[in-house]
Amino acid sequence: MTHSSLDPAAARDARPESFPHAATGALANHQVRANIRHATTSIRRKRAGVVAEVPDWELLRAAGAAIKDETLASLDAVLIELEASIQAAGGTVHWARDAAEANEIVVGLVRAEGAEEVVKVKSLATDEIRLNEALEGAGIRPIETDLAELIVQLAGERPSHLLVPAIHKNRVEIRDLFRERLGRPDLSDDPTELAEAARLHLREAFLRARVAISGANFAAADTGTICVVESEGNGRMCTTLPDVLITVMGIEKAIPRFRDLEVFLQLLPRSSTGERMNPYTSLWTGVCEGDGPHAFHLVLLDAGRTRVLADPAGRPALRCIRCSACINVCPVYRQTGGHAYHSPYAGPIGAILAPQLLGEEGAVASLPFASSLCGACYDVCPVLIDIPSILVHERGKAVARERSGIEGRSLKVLGKAFATRAGYERAQRLGRKLQRPLARDGWIAHFPPGPLGAWGRSRDLPALPAQTFREWWESRDEPA
Amino acid sequence: MTSPREAILARVRASLADTPSAVAVSRTYRLRGERDRAGVIELFVERVRAYEATVVVADDPGAAVASALEAAGARRVGIAPDLDRRLRPPGVELIEDQGLDSRDLDGLDGAVTTCASACAETGTIAIDGGPGQGRRALSLVPDLHVCVVRAEAIVETVPELIAALEPSAREGRPIVLVSGPSATSDIELTRVEGVHGPRRLVVIVAT
Ligand code: SF4
Repeated sequence: MTHSSLDPAAARDARPESFPHAATGALANHQVRANIRHATTSIRRKRAGVVAEVPDWELLRAAGAAIKDETLASLDAVLIELEASIQAAGGTVHWARDAAEANEIVVGLVRAEGAEEVVKVKSLATDEIRLNEALEGAGIRPIETDLAELIVQLAGERPSHLLVPAIHKNRVEIRDLFRERLGRPDLSDDPTELAEAARLHLREAFLRARVAISGANFAAADTGTICVVESEGNGRMCTTLPDVLITVMGIEKAIPRFRDLEVFLQLLPRSSTGERMNPYTSLWTGVCEGDGPHAFHLVLLDAGRTRVLADPAGRPALRCIRCSACINVCPVYRQTGGHAYHSPYAGPIGAILAPQLLGEEGAVASLPFASSLCGACYDVCPVLIDIPSILVHERGKAVARERSGIEGRSLKVLGKAFATRAGYERAQRLGRKLQRPLARDGWIAHFPPGPLGAWGRSRDLPALPAQTFREWWESRDEPA
Repeated sequence: MTSPREAILARVRASLADTPSAVAVSRTYRLRGERDRAGVIELFVERVRAYEATVVVADDPGAAVASALEAAGARRVGIAPDLDRRLRPPGVELIEDQGLDSRDLDGLDGAVTTCASACAETGTIAIDGGPGQGRRALSLVPDLHVCVVRAEAIVETVPELIAALEPSAREGRPIVLVSGPSATSDIELTRVEGVHGPRRLVVIVAT
């Protein structure tokens, strides 16, 4: 079986819907909800345990937030220093204003090597820019090497969680997928056996790989050191064995000093997988004669980050270290899963970051409303991002945009109609007539197609009663 | 036409135009631990064990390496050319890595290396390509990794570990932090030992 026979694009290109719409579908999928509830419950317990044993956790959070704020406040200088350090260590730095530019750079580098396939270690940045589709379009086969990414790729789906992209699938579903797509009808649903199947499947790809693509968790400007945090060893394989390594990194991942890792390597593993330390952390600085790739390329990606930076209220979202703790505690995510968010960034952080990064139009525009503002995300965030406040801020921006849309215009008309008592009563009588085909059991059950329907479907609307209080009052027999 | 680099830097500067100068970072968190040597070693052993790695405290690390390899049934074992003679057990076929290719490494039963430093609180060993450690692929591709840690190289906290590694980073040497054997939590968030990295990790603390 070859990867080229897969068609992940088919399942992915389903037309994106707004969050409320997509969530309705997700809520109906009981298996997905059960899988997610099970997984997030265990990870929350683990996280709480390893966080409680760190006596200076709050001081680390404050330091993590401060280092990120410091970086963002002088991001231009930090990026220039990072570039110089990497060049001095024998690496090459590329800059990409948007997804298209980044994809073009990566495709060009792979082509220059004459490689027909690349091994990839999980990277949200490359998910965000849809690099795999660009590679496939150029006849290059991307091989995802993270177990969860592999599962998602084999199933032709999209990731549903920052850290555990296949969180929506349970072991039986994964067994069935591997039986079919890896040609291993003998497999049981024992996770150890499933992991072993992935090991065998990918080993050959690692051994022959000439080009690898990774993301980055951190990049220290003073030394030019890139840091990738992982569990399985596929990250080590990708960053060590191939001849050429290409790393795609959002510009906000830079940190000023190597020393700052002393904070983030405490905050990140405990917040994300609930471990004292993740199994493997790779740190490399340019290229090293006799050890690892002989060429290293860093692609620095803007793709909306400077737009986030320009909004002081939304800016703290760029502190995010993608630990996914906020996702695991989010009551909305736990009910809907990640696919309803329609972006690689799910959950609370996705709700504030995706509309800012991926633009305010289309499906992601509804994300800031996908929250009950309970604040659980803020409590666990290792870099103190006040997600609820940013959500409210983003809602404000979305509402301001809508004012000029159908809702805003309609409200203006209603405002005029309701200005006098006679106008108000006329409007009620008219409304009663108009709602007849739409109402059922006292609720508006059907919505007309078009923008009005889109507005209404996300709301529970009681129908106008047959008689209003005023009408009843007027028609009473008793004298007033 | 402006280059993407100039365009991005210009956007960054424009975005920050109204921002007050950078906040200072206060490092009020613990910069070092408080345990004595014995306490640090004890904590390290406990924390590495928690990852399902095998941990041995030995005053004769050479003998401990020999028995670890024997217990694992490893016969052909990779080492760095500069590995200390005393850590090379007799009766095992030792293959010096003078640029073995990936497939050769894949054919080995295991690798024996030393490490640069280690962190007790997180049960982490750090490899930076120094004496006895070899290049990164050596301790990655074979399925068994036996790592000898000098007791005095163990620090208590993460800040102490990072401080110990900073000179290597400045020299441009690649570093790997290893905390237990390869694992994944990708199936139902249950940690399972062993995907692509060595599935068995033996840590020998040389006292
Ligand atoms: S917003 Fe905070 S909690 Fe959520 S993923 Fe980012 S760093 Fe983690």
